[in-house]
Amino acid sequence: MTPKLTRRRFIKSVIFFGAAASSGAGFYLASAAAQRPAGGVERLVSLNVNGRTRRVDVTPQETLAHTLRYKLGLTGTKIGCNRGECGACTVTIDDVTNYACSTLTHSVKGRQVVTVEGLRAADGTLHAVQQAFIDELSPQCGFCTPGQIMSAVALLKTNPRPTRDEARQALSGNLCRCGAYDHYLNGVMRASGQLS
Amino acid sequence: MPAYDNMPAMELYQPVQVEDALALASRLADRGWLLGGGQDTYGWIKDRAKRPEALIDLNGIESMRGIRETSDGIEIGALVTLTEIGSNPLIRERYELLAKAASAVASPQIRNVGTIAGNVSQDVRCWYYRRGLDCYRAGGNLCYADTPEAQNREHALFNASRCVAVTPSDTGPALVALEAQMVINREGSQRVVSAEDFFVGPAINITSTTVMEPDEILTAVRIPAKWANAEYFYEKVADRNVWDFALVSMAAVMRTEGGNIQESRLVCGAVECTPRRLRSVEQAIQGQPRNQATADMVAGMASEGAQPLTHNHFKMPLMDSLVERVLTA
Repeated sequence: MTPKLTRRRFIKSVIFFGAAASSGAGFYLASAAAQRPAGGVERLVSLNVNGRTRRVDVTPQETLAHTLRYKLGLTGTKIGCNRGECGACTVTIDDVTNYACSTLTHSVKGRQVVTVEGLRAADGTLHAVQQAFIDELSPQCGFCTPGQIMSAVALLKTNPRPTRDEARQALSGNLCRCGAYDHYLNGVMRASGQLS
Repeated sequence: MPAYDNMPAMELYQPVQVEDALALASRLADRGWLLGGGQDTYGWIKDRAKRPEALIDLNGIESMRGIRETSDGIEIGALVTLTEIGSNPLIRERYELLAKAASAVASPQIRNVGTIAGNVSQDVRCWYYRRGLDCYRAGGNLCYADTPEAQNREHALFNASRCVAVTPSDTGPALVALEAQMVINREGSQRVVSAEDFFVGPAINITSTTVMEPDEILTAVRIPAKWANAEYFYEKVADRNVWDFALVSMAAVMRTEGGNIQESRLVCGAVECTPRRLRSVEQAIQGQPRNQATADMVAGMASEGAQPLTHNHFKMPLMDSLVERVLTA
């Protein structure tokens, strides 16, 4: 089977070649950091992302959202506000939800990072939350969906049968500008087997 | 002013011993920046409104984690997250006021990383200041929020001195109500100050909202047994239930005997630069029953002496209504 050129593949390849050429801001940051005195963190780090160990060159001030999207090609994690005020960049770190835009990549060394790409099974089966969100037509435009999914997955891990109100609390750190909140809550209810 | 996605180049230190962190804080002083949850850090730096040369990430210091029982109450490590405080069985059992306050902060994701020390040390939310304008607090000689056309709906009613910003902390009023003690370390020495003295207004120091010096680290918060299992009231009034800072918040504890209030502490957040104790109300309700008649007796007392700005008059009846709720809830 020949790989199709999809929008996603195209973007990923652009990111890959961009990173290889150290273009733009990345190059500027790298050269500026090189002039600084030693004593801080080692830049080459191993990260555990979606169960795989990834070696990556990370500047001291780099956020996890930046590393995931622009160095590891995991563009499922969206950057909305980049200020911890929207939730589009939500990932789980050791099963706890975090805003990747407001997390330093250097602070997740030795911890388990899971993004929306890491949820489906090896055979391609979607996570129960992903399937339920599809069945309930939860997303409208879809931009906040990866974040909503990660918040729902983290909730169901600690509370497999949440009430609708508990689900509302758990997803309250994720804005949806389409206002599809109730549809997301239907999705959480379905994923937890409380809606058939 | 442009907004940036990336932070400028900085050094990052990740000490694992509190002594190493103190040595770094001492060496770097103003050029360094202490990093806990970081939720009041990255915005400043992304906006280029503050430019530290180095971040000192405290999260690897195990001795600053955990909630311990002591001979007189509990000690909460500085790095304990707001989620942990909100769900800790010991705190929920004895100091539910603090658990409620911690659970009212921002959003679940922010509470998952936001620390108790960061919540009390965070800077004010005045948008003129946070936009990087050269106001009094930023070292300039002008307040942009206290002008006839300024947007100052969230600003101070009391004790403004050049700067009219308010304390944004939700746990601050609860800690003042519970008579908490803040443990502050610097290289080679330690001091313990009461939560009430920890917060300082612009008349004392216009560039910092706390007594902390640049080479000091807040390592723990102690809650004495005095107010354990006391009657309490907490409410945060904000535009949205998530993310938003308080318009006015109220944290109160009281002891009643034979139906009458023996002792109480009522503390308002977001009405001045520090958590505001309502001493006149505390005195007036002493010996009185916790009911509507007492609430009527002290009506209007909380907001007495307020000096509202153009758009924040509504905070006065809000304060008075919250006092009524303390007494009738």
